[in-house]
Amino acid sequence: MAELEYTIKDFKSENEVRWCPGCGDYAIMNAIQRTMAGLGVPKENFAVISGIGCSSRFPYYMNTFGFHTIHGRASAVASGVKMANPSLNVWVVTGDGDALAIGGNHFIHTVRRNMDLNIVLFNNRIYGLTKGQYSPTSERGFISKTSPFGTIEDPFQPGQLVIGSRGTFFARGIDSNVKLGETIFKAAAKHKGTSVIEVFQNCVIYNMGVYSDITDPKFRADRQLILEQGKPMLFGADHEKGIVMENGRLKVATIGENGVAVDDILIHDAFETDPALHLALINMSLPEFPVALGVIRSVSAPVYDEEMEKQITHIQKSRKNTCVDDLLNSGNTWEISGN
Amino acid sequence: MKDARVIEMDEVAIRFSGDSGDGMQLTGTLFSDASALYGNDISTFPDYPSEIRAPQGTVGGVSGFQVQFGKKEVTTPGDFAHVLVAMNPAAVKANARFMNPGGTIVYDSDSFTEKNLKKAGFKTDDPFKECNLEDFTIIAVPVTSLTQEGLKGFGLDNKSILRSKNMFSLGLVCWMFSRPLDYIEEFIHNKFARKPVIVDANIKALHDGYNYGMNLQHLTPTYIVHSADIEKGTYRNINGNQATAWGLLAAAEKSGLELFLGSYPITPATDILIALSERKDLGVKTFQAEDEIAGISSAIGAAFAGDLAVTTTSGPGLALKSEAIGLAVMAELPLVIVNVQRGGPSTGLPTKTEQSDLLQALYGRNGESPVVVLAAGTPSDCFYYAFMAAKIALERMVPVILLTDGFLGNGSEPWRIPEMKEMPSILPRFAKDANSFQAYNRDPNSLAREWAVPGMKGFEHRIGGLEKNITGNVSHDPENHQVNTRIREEKVQKVKDLIPELELFGDIEGDVLVVGWGGTYGHLISAAGELRKEGKRVSHAHFFYIKPLPGNSAGIFQRFKKIVVCELNQGQFASYLRDKIPGFKYYQINKMKGLPFTVNEIVDGVKKLMEE
Repeated sequence: MAELEYTIKDFKSENEVRWCPGCGDYAIMNAIQRTMAGLGVPKENFAVISGIGCSSRFPYYMNTFGFHTIHGRASAVASGVKMANPSLNVWVVTGDGDALAIGGNHFIHTVRRNMDLNIVLFNNRIYGLTKGQYSPTSERGFISKTSPFGTIEDPFQPGQLVIGSRGTFFARGIDSNVKLGETIFKAAAKHKGTSVIEVFQNCVIYNMGVYSDITDPKFRADRQLILEQGKPMLFGADHEKGIVMENGRLKVATIGENGVAVDDILIHDAFETDPALHLALINMSLPEFPVALGVIRSVSAPVYDEEMEKQITHIQKSRKNTCVDDLLNSGNTWEISGN
Repeated sequence: MKDARVIEMDEVAIRFSGDSGDGMQLTGTLFSDASALYGNDISTFPDYPSEIRAPQGTVGGVSGFQVQFGKKEVTTPGDFAHVLVAMNPAAVKANARFMNPGGTIVYDSDSFTEKNLKKAGFKTDDPFKECNLEDFTIIAVPVTSLTQEGLKGFGLDNKSILRSKNMFSLGLVCWMFSRPLDYIEEFIHNKFARKPVIVDANIKALHDGYNYGMNLQHLTPTYIVHSADIEKGTYRNINGNQATAWGLLAAAEKSGLELFLGSYPITPATDILIALSERKDLGVKTFQAEDEIAGISSAIGAAFAGDLAVTTTSGPGLALKSEAIGLAVMAELPLVIVNVQRGGPSTGLPTKTEQSDLLQALYGRNGESPVVVLAAGTPSDCFYYAFMAAKIALERMVPVILLTDGFLGNGSEPWRIPEMKEMPSILPRFAKDANSFQAYNRDPNSLAREWAVPGMKGFEHRIGGLEKNITGNVSHDPENHQVNTRIREEKVQKVKDLIPELELFGDIEGDVLVVGWGGTYGHLISAAGELRKEGKRVSHAHFFYIKPLPGNSAGIFQRFKKIVVCELNQGQFASYLRDKIPGFKYYQINKMKGLPFTVNEIVDGVKKLMEE
C-alpha cells in the first residue's frame, strides 16, 4: 500500500494557478489537496467536476481526472460520473452563482437523491468572474454593479436549502481556516451520500472583507461557534459562552451567569436524524448569535448510486434475458419459413 | 352464405377510432399484432390528441389508430382507410377525410344520440350524409347495448362493462378479416391476470363481437388478405421507440460497455426511457433527471466516466440541451442524442409528427459546433440507426444526434429479428499507453482522440468547455482556436468512411429523383413505386446520413433531370442540400400538418412537376 502514501504535491497539476493574489480559493484548494492525499484512495479514482465561475477553474489545478463543465450543471455531470462508476471518489467544485442561481435545480435534486458526491460550495456572495454582480447569497441591500441602489431580494442560506432538500450532510468552513477545512473535507469524503460543504470565501477584488465581521481576529472567538461532535456548543476566548435551548429557541448564555452551568449547554449531535436543531444552528446569525461552523449535519440514508447498483443486481438474479439476443427473441415472435 | 360479400384484397387499411378513453390504441395494437402473427406485413399509425382525456364526444378528443396490412411488403399505414370502426359520431366527423371511397364504416349506433351528434358538431341527424359518406357500406351495430347485455351476469358496474366495448368491436373486426382470437385472448389473460372477472368479461365481449359478425354475415362484408411473402426468419412486431431503445442496448453489448441513459419525460420520446428502464436485467442504468439539461449533463458525465452514454428527447428538449451538446462537442466525448421529432415550434403539436428539427440538430448551438446527424427511415430501422449512432460516437469520439419522429416512434411494423453476431463490431477508443497519452492527441486518419476514463491509473487529465491545447489544458492562442475549429468539423466529415453510400430505388437515371430523409421513407418509396408502375421515369434516393452526407450523392443527382426534395417542413433539407451539394435545382414538396405524407400527395406532386 506504499503507493497510496501521497503528499499534497501529488495532487497539484503542472498548471499555473491563476486566481487573484490573496484569493480565498488558494487556501481551500490546499485543504482539499491535503484531505485527498490522506484518504487512502488511489489518485486515479478521484474525479473533480466543476461548473463555471472563479472557483470552477479548480479542476485544472488538480492532478486528478477533472472536468470543467458548463454553468450550473456540475452536480448533474458529476451525478452521471458517479452512476457510471460508483467506485470513484467524485468532488464537485461550485460557487454561489453556479450552484444556487443557474444550477439551483440540479443542486436541490442532487441533494434530495443523496448521490454520493462531495459538493464544495465556495460562497463569496458575489459574481467574481463576470466582475462583480450580486449573487443569490448577497445580503438584501447589497450594492454591486447590477444593484447600484442595493438589492431588493433576500439571499439563500445554502444550509436551509440542504435541509429543505432532505440533505444528509452539511458543513460550513472558512477559507482562512485550513485546519478546520481539512477536518470538514475529511468528514465529507467519508460520508456516504451528498456532502455539501459551504466555505465562506473572501473575494479580494469584488467583495473584500465580506466575512471580516466573522473572521477578524479581534472578535472571531466571540462570533464563531466551531461545532464538534459530542461536545458542548461553547465559544468565546475562554469558552465562557455557549448555546442553550430556552422555550424551544436557541439562546446564547454565559456560563456562571443566571445559574447557567456547562451542563446546561447543548451538546452537538450531527448524527441526529431530526433536522430541527441543525436548521436552528444554520440559521444563527450575527449579532445575536455566533455563526456555526464545522460539520452541522451528518446522517445516513440510502445512497442513489448504491441503490441503482443494488436494484440491477437484484433484478439480474432472477432474469430471463441474459443478453440482447434473448431480449430480441422474448415475447411474441413468429417464424416465417419462406415461400 | 350466398349473401355474404367477400372482398379479396392485396392490402387493407383499417382505422379504429373513438374517444381518447375508449381504448382505441390498444384495440388497434392488438389487431395489428394478430395480423402480423397471421403472416401479413403491417404498418401502423397511432394518431391521438395530446390531452389524456379530452372532452368526451368532441372531435378534438378523438383517438385513432390506423393499420395497413397486406400480402406483400407494406411500407405505409395507408393514405386512406378501407374500414373505419367508429365508436361515436365525433370519430366519423374526424375521420371522414381519411376514408377510401366506397369503404366500410362500422359504428356503435347506441352512441349516435342527439346529444353526441351535437357534441361532434353535426347539424342534422344524418352524420354520414353530412360528411358525404353516403356511398359507403355503413353498418350500424349497437355495440354499447350488446356489450351491456352480454356482460349482465358478471356482477360488474356499468362503467366497467362499458370498458369492454372496444373488445366487442375488436371481435367483430376480427371476424370480418378472419383473424384468429387466440393471440388476443392470451394478451387479455396476461394483462388482467390478477382480475379473473375482467379477463372473463373482456373475452366474452370479444367473442360476442366475433359471433355477432358471423350471425349477421349477410350485412357485413368480409375481407380476405393472404399472408405476405416475406424473407425467412424470426419476426416480431416493433415500434420505433422500442427499436431505438433496443438498438442502443445492442450497441452497449457489442462495445462491451455499460449503457447509461439520462433523460426527462417528453412526448413522444418517453417510451424510449420507459423501454430502457425495464432493462435492469441487462444492466442498463436509467436516470430520470430533474430536467432536460440534467438529462444530457448526466449523460456527459457518464461518457466522461466510460459508459455508452445516451440522452433522449423531443424538439423542445433538444433546444434545452443545446449548450450541453456544445460541451460534448468541445470536450470530444462519445454521446448519443436521440430526438423524436414532433410538431413545433414551442410546445407545438406534441403528439403529431414533423421533420422540423433538422436545422436545429445541424446548427442549433452557440459557436461552430458540428455533430454527426443520422435519421432513421422506418420504425424497425430505428434499431439499426441507434446502433450506428452509438458506433460512430464511440469510434470517433463525437456526439451523434439521431433523428426519428412521432410517426416512427409510435408506428410499428414486423421486423426480422437480427442475431447479434450479424451486427457490426464497435471498438471504443480506449487509451492504452499512459506515458504517451495526451487528451487531444488524434488518430491521423479519423482525427478521433483517445478515451481515458477516471480509474485508469496514470491517465489523469483535465478536459472542459474552454478551448484547449493538445493536453486538454486551456488555450487562448488565436491560431490554436482556428486549427481546432477546423478539426472539429473535419472530424465529423471523416465519418463518411464509416457510412454506406447513398442507395437508389429505381433506375440510375431518369426524369425525376424523389429525395427524402428520415421517417418519410415508406411513403416516398411507395409513391416512387406507383409512379414507376405507371411507366414514369422516377427513382427514389433516401438519406439516412445527414451529416456527413454520403460521398456519392452529387453523382446520383446529376443523372436526373429534376430533383424534388420531399419533407415534413418548409424545406430544411432542401436548403441544406443547396448549401452542401450546390449546382442543382432542388424542387420541393412540403407538408406541415403534423401528419405523414400520403402516397397520393407525392404521386400527384411529382406528376405536376413532370408536366411543368
